[in-house]
Amino acid sequence: MASAKEIADKAERDDIQSRWLLSTPALLIVFLAALGPLLIVVVYSFLTPGNYGDVKWQFSTNAWVSVLLERDVFDDTLSLAGAHLSIFWRSVSLSAMTTILTLIFGFPTAYFIATRPEHRRDIWLFLITIPFWTNLLIRTFAMQEVLRNDGIVNWVLQALGITDHPVQLMYTNFAVLAGMVYVFLPLMVLPLYASMEKIDFRLVEAGYDLYATRLQVLRRIIIPLVTPGIVAGSILVFIPSLGAYVTPRVLGGGTNLMIGNLIELQFGQGRNWPLGAALSIALMTIVMVALLFYVRNTTRSDGSHG
Amino acid sequence: MADRFDVRRQTGFASMAMMCFFLLYLPIATLVVYAFNDNESLAIWKGFSLRWFHAAWNNSLVIESSIRSFQIAAVAAILATISATMAALATTRTKPYRGLTFKYAFINQPLMVPEIVTAVALLIVFSRIKIWTGYSGLGYLILAHTAFCVPFAYLPIRARLESMDLSLETAAADLYATKWKIFRHVTLPLLWPGILAGLMLAFVVSLDDVVITEFVKSGGQDTLPTFMLGQIRRGVTPEINAISTVFLALSIGIVTAFFFISRKRT
Repeated sequence: MASAKEIADKAERDDIQSRWLLSTPALLIVFLAALGPLLIVVVYSFLTPGNYGDVKWQFSTNAWVSVLLERDVFDDTLSLAGAHLSIFWRSVSLSAMTTILTLIFGFPTAYFIATRPEHRRDIWLFLITIPFWTNLLIRTFAMQEVLRNDGIVNWVLQALGITDHPVQLMYTNFAVLAGMVYVFLPLMVLPLYASMEKIDFRLVEAGYDLYATRLQVLRRIIIPLVTPGIVAGSILVFIPSLGAYVTPRVLGGGTNLMIGNLIELQFGQGRNWPLGAALSIALMTIVMVALLFYVRNTTRSDGSHG
Repeated sequence: MADRFDVRRQTGFASMAMMCFFLLYLPIATLVVYAFNDNESLAIWKGFSLRWFHAAWNNSLVIESSIRSFQIAAVAAILATISATMAALATTRTKPYRGLTFKYAFINQPLMVPEIVTAVALLIVFSRIKIWTGYSGLGYLILAHTAFCVPFAYLPIRARLESMDLSLETAAADLYATKWKIFRHVTLPLLWPGILAGLMLAFVVSLDDVVITEFVKSGGQDTLPTFMLGQIRRGVTPEINAISTVFLALSIGIVTAFFFISRKRT
């Protein structure tokens, strides 16, 4: 006869066995086609470029050096790589501006939805999610339709008499910015809404009873209450903006590159796979740091609220 | 107006929100309207016509790449949903254990890395394997799509499992049901809306992918989005608008279905 302890032990062993067996397929797939290849990218960033793409198996730190620096062909001195730096700067500043603009547009929108009667909020949220689940390429292409020289924006500008000839909007930083704001706006509205929905409006009422103005209520009560949502939305917008590839490629043309396009270039015409690999790891590191910041921030605010 | 005394009111927020909704839908609306334009050029409206839908329908490249998109999305979504369901069971129906957070981070890893980085990583690995094995079929695309679909399928299924009432499963166990019977007759029927939601999300995400597909595909393996990306670069006819419109209608259909399924369960 098995004792109660033996039975319990066997149940425990079965449990451990089944939870590993059950999770193996998912872990294996992710390892094979996402995480594993990333480790190989790290290896590739320390190799020498081959003549026709790919790599030679020869250790080198050149790729990492040339992420930020440039070696002079004649006297072998190192200087800052201006082209790369300007692309980094464009990526970071466009992503920051995208985050700020989506916040400016998204905040009132989320607030508007959160203050509707409960049964109507679903419909408004649904209107936000539809563009979100629409193909990113189609949305970017739709933006191109609007920004073209004969598109609706130029038509309005000319009809209003602001300009008498079309303004070149496509293939500019502005077009990339407008496209990214358009594409990533739902990612800002959804987390903002999630935290606004929980606002206890009795606090707002108390504020008014104490003679606060609407602006003071907004600044001193509402914004502090939804800070977690603002942080979450900003991270959700900033990270994909930084890695954006399709939007700058379609709307920015060949000249307004972002990091994503610079990486692609190394695997195409650039034929410098190690540099492409090093740039990828650099981009991923920035993203991870941003995520870490987010995780620390949210765990802290969870702790203080309960 | 009673509205003026509503404590929740903030001046200008409602009009700002309306403008936001207007701006969200203006480009999409423009795109759809010009799909019906009877003109070679996109700019000038010449009258209603379905000719660009006919043109797209008769373009064998469009049809081939659409079929390929659906094949990949169907297989990847099903594989991702099955493995995600199993993983969700393994990460919710046990006591907290060492490695749980690790598994959680591992499964969601594709969400945390920029797509372009994953795309480049897969290009490096798969181009090697293509040379070694000589195989260059759709398998690579299906594997890549399955991997980034796993977290999208996993999250709604896990959420559903966590919100489920455990007492039903306990009751079944008290009545001597085996583990398999409990799963088959209690857990699975209750979990079904979550599984369906995960499957649909995975399907849409796979159907939408441009970046990873662009880097992983071999010659002649265009999906609809990569085909469109190529067309957009070369200059556009309203045919692209027509294709986009059909694609758009489809996505909206799936999302609407998703909306109603997730609404019913609460």
